[in-house]
Amino acid sequence: MKNNIIEVKNLTKYFEVSGGIFQKKNIVKAVDDVSFFIPQGESLGLVGQSGCGKTTTARTLTLLEEKTSGSVNVYNSKTNLLESIDNMDEDQLKDFRRNIQMIFQDPYEAMNPRWTIKDTIREPLLIHNLGSPEEQEEAVKEILKTVGLTPPENYLNRYPHELSGGQRQRVAIARALIMKPKFVICDEPTSMLDVSIRISIMDLMLELAKDLGVSYLYITHDLAVARYMCNRIAVMFNGKIVEIAETEELLKNPVHPYTKRLISSIPVPDPTYERKVYNINFDEIDTLIQKHGSEKPMIDIGNEHYIATHDVKGLI
Amino acid sequence: MNQQNILEVKNLNMIYTTLEGNVNAVNDLSFEIKKGSSFGLVGESGCGKTSVAMTLMQLQADNAKIVSGNILFDGQEMVGLNEKDLRKIRWGGISIVFQGAMNAWNPVIKVGEQIREAIREHYPENTRSENTNKINTLFKMVGLEPEVADRYPHELSGGMKQRAVIALSLSCDPKLIIADEPTTALDVVIQDQILKEIKKVQDDLGLSLIYISHDIAVIAEMTDYMAVMYAGRIVETGKTKDIFKNPKHSYTRMLLDSTPSIIGDKKMLKSLDGEPPSLMDNFSGCSFAPRCPEPSENCSSGNAEMGLIKVGDGHFADKCCVECG
Amino acid sequence: MTEVNTLKESRKENLKKNFNRFKQSKIGMTGLVIVILFGVLAILQPLLFLSGIWDYKTYDPVVGYDAEKYIAEVVVCPDEYPNERYAERKECPGRNEVTLISVKPYNPGIKEGDTIERFRQPAEPSGKHLLGTDSLGRDVFSQIMEGSQVAFILGLLSATLSVVISTILGSIAAYFGGFIDSYLMRQSDLLLMLPSLPLLFIISAFTELQVWHLALVLGILGGLGGSVITIKSQALQVKVKPFVDSARITGGSRMNILFSHILPNVAPLALLFMVFGVTGAIASESVLSFLGLLNIDMSWGLMISVSQADGYINQGLTYWWLVIPAGLSVTLLAGGFYLVGRGLDDVFNPRLRKR
Repeated sequence: MKNNIIEVKNLTKYFEVSGGIFQKKNIVKAVDDVSFFIPQGESLGLVGQSGCGKTTTARTLTLLEEKTSGSVNVYNSKTNLLESIDNMDEDQLKDFRRNIQMIFQDPYEAMNPRWTIKDTIREPLLIHNLGSPEEQEEAVKEILKTVGLTPPENYLNRYPHELSGGQRQRVAIARALIMKPKFVICDEPTSMLDVSIRISIMDLMLELAKDLGVSYLYITHDLAVARYMCNRIAVMFNGKIVEIAETEELLKNPVHPYTKRLISSIPVPDPTYERKVYNINFDEIDTLIQKHGSEKPMIDIGNEHYIATHDVKGLI
Repeated sequence: MNQQNILEVKNLNMIYTTLEGNVNAVNDLSFEIKKGSSFGLVGESGCGKTSVAMTLMQLQADNAKIVSGNILFDGQEMVGLNEKDLRKIRWGGISIVFQGAMNAWNPVIKVGEQIREAIREHYPENTRSENTNKINTLFKMVGLEPEVADRYPHELSGGMKQRAVIALSLSCDPKLIIADEPTTALDVVIQDQILKEIKKVQDDLGLSLIYISHDIAVIAEMTDYMAVMYAGRIVETGKTKDIFKNPKHSYTRMLLDSTPSIIGDKKMLKSLDGEPPSLMDNFSGCSFAPRCPEPSENCSSGNAEMGLIKVGDGHFADKCCVECG
Repeated sequence: MTEVNTLKESRKENLKKNFNRFKQSKIGMTGLVIVILFGVLAILQPLLFLSGIWDYKTYDPVVGYDAEKYIAEVVVCPDEYPNERYAERKECPGRNEVTLISVKPYNPGIKEGDTIERFRQPAEPSGKHLLGTDSLGRDVFSQIMEGSQVAFILGLLSATLSVVISTILGSIAAYFGGFIDSYLMRQSDLLLMLPSLPLLFIISAFTELQVWHLALVLGILGGLGGSVITIKSQALQVKVKPFVDSARITGGSRMNILFSHILPNVAPLALLFMVFGVTGAIASESVLSFLGLLNIDMSWGLMISVSQADGYINQGLTYWWLVIPAGLSVTLLAGGFYLVGRGLDDVFNPRLRKR
């Protein structure tokens, strides 16, 4: 039984939106009772359409936003245990910041346009006071080579606008990995890149995951990309996870109506292929709920395959 | 012009003049579209497909210039046509669904009113009630309730706005619709609905369709014929089925091999190194050679002869790839 | 990319590219030419003195003196025009004449028809004095150059002060939000409401305003005022960019992020404001010294003030060199800085670019 790198239980994030002076505040449940775990060295895909809460989930995990409730336990490399992100002391926070990184969707906006590539990649080292300036420069050069930007001297003193989209994203990966984190959250890192470049970035990330033992939470709206990158996939809808299973299991045997709906909407690059049309009905789910009970938010239907019991009838 | 074709483009050359030099956006482009068929134009960003779309509507930017070539629409030459006649063709003959069309609505005018404006332009004799009927029919065709006409753009969801855009493009009974990435920024579930809608409308009205996208999965499902563009040129064209089964050009093969899919065996995909070339350089020979995984000697040295040659029934590919592939 | 670039070379390339973009703007280049012209004038004066081409006695703008002696006839201006001697009222007294009324207090025995020795001040422009002399025999061209120095120093000083203050405050308001933000915004609102010139009049009633004081007041008022709001909105845009998130995730402190990410990205806008600030400062100074509220030895506003007090402005264009050069200088230099600002806008705001 592998150690988990992160365990999320009942995570919720509510936003209050004021409806005006005389109206009471509306609550938007961006993340609603989300639970999942990721074993060390494995990757979980978080798949959903825009507005489903996947980015908000990522932001609460990295403490960019404060969660409303729920527990998040992250692996601490010093104690070798999973520790809560609530009330961390200085040492814990430092370890947390070194172990979790994020790669963003827009490679250009993810870098300070006035900083050189060297500055951008070096920033984590500066913030954590690691190494002398010479050592830092060496580390930057090493990581540049690792992500395929060689010779590194050509890139150190360039500015973001001088690089192409694919190169910028490699820089983002270099920066995320320079401190050898255990867990990297990737928020649609290839959706803004040209189609022919996407695979090279994804392959790079897969390779690095293997070599450095990094786990990914890979956020995307594209199920095909999630399939390529992840061992397991969680399907998110309306702030809730509706189904989690191993990738091939999910694609072959989707159970939740939303997952079925999603899979049947995806175009396939084969003009002779007839897409499988799923009959969206809720009978199967209702039967399962009756069988397993609806107290827990997710039912285990065996084979590490979980289905949500939330009522989503009106929404799909 | 072949009577079976609604559109014929012959040896089109288009450039953009900029301060830093001329950008060769479209090079020696030729293709035909049969009446009632759907034609896909696939390529990455910067390959020139949107330039082609704009040129077909003669809506190109101020600094764009058609250097040479012909565009024949339903028998009529469009290059060099005066503005008055062009306006009749625009929207009434060819209409377009832009990229990011959802944002093309004027936020302070009701949706129905904006469509009415377009209809009035082409059918000034219509009465108000005739136009209302027309709008209702259009909305029904794209799956919108008639009340939507009285709403403002911000009151509609992304999917509804997109459907309204399609209704707008149909409002003047065009014969050819150009859809330039009409489903970017839409959820995949809604994209599926919109694509089905477009197909249904096309069948019902017997329209011809040009579908421009970088997503070959969508092209596979939506089009009967297609062309692959790279750096301003068409590198392969033919029946969609033929091209997917038997891609002849290296770039086409790379595109097909680099698209992840949810069906079939999970396989390692291939990728391309490098970037598409800058369209400002004048390169001799094949512009794809620097990135080609198996270039022949001719290709690498820049001596390759360019030009489409026939490789099958209605299937053409760039000479250099056919001969070395 | 095959060449190896050092940091310095990269920055130089960037600068050159930006300057080329600036060159595209005709407005900006025109402004820049004007500003450089006046800059040259400002520097020219001390050079002329140091090199000995000009001597202090003749050309000093404040205490210099040079007037040509001439013989004038004492006349009495008649009441009705035209008459046998003059066609219009303004022809009397003529160029080499002087009225009896003006000389009688100092020369009791003088009468009409006598001649008297006079010194020509103000004198028209000549080879010796390119813009003539004023009523105290001081070289006007030298005065213009002196005024140019004042304008530059005052303008740049107050603008820099204002920009530094507003940039820091705006960034702080954006980044920290909450109470600090509310306070700073209300402060800006308050200062926006305050009319700056009347405020300066009031201040001058309490203390003697010197140029430094003026620079300080203008700088602080400008810095705390409306530009804070604009800088804040720019800083807000930077604050939500992914690279700031990235820094936060990595563990950067708030101060760290403020100074290394937010401020540098707000700086171009601030630079723009600075240039516009110079315009305002020059204009304010002219008004204040024109009204005599500024304790300053020589400035363009003062030149016009003196001409007005002596009544030369009322004489129309006869003594044009006492009015037009100074007035034109204020307009041109203030305007020149403004045009430079507009040109810079093109460089820093890519959305405004045509190509």
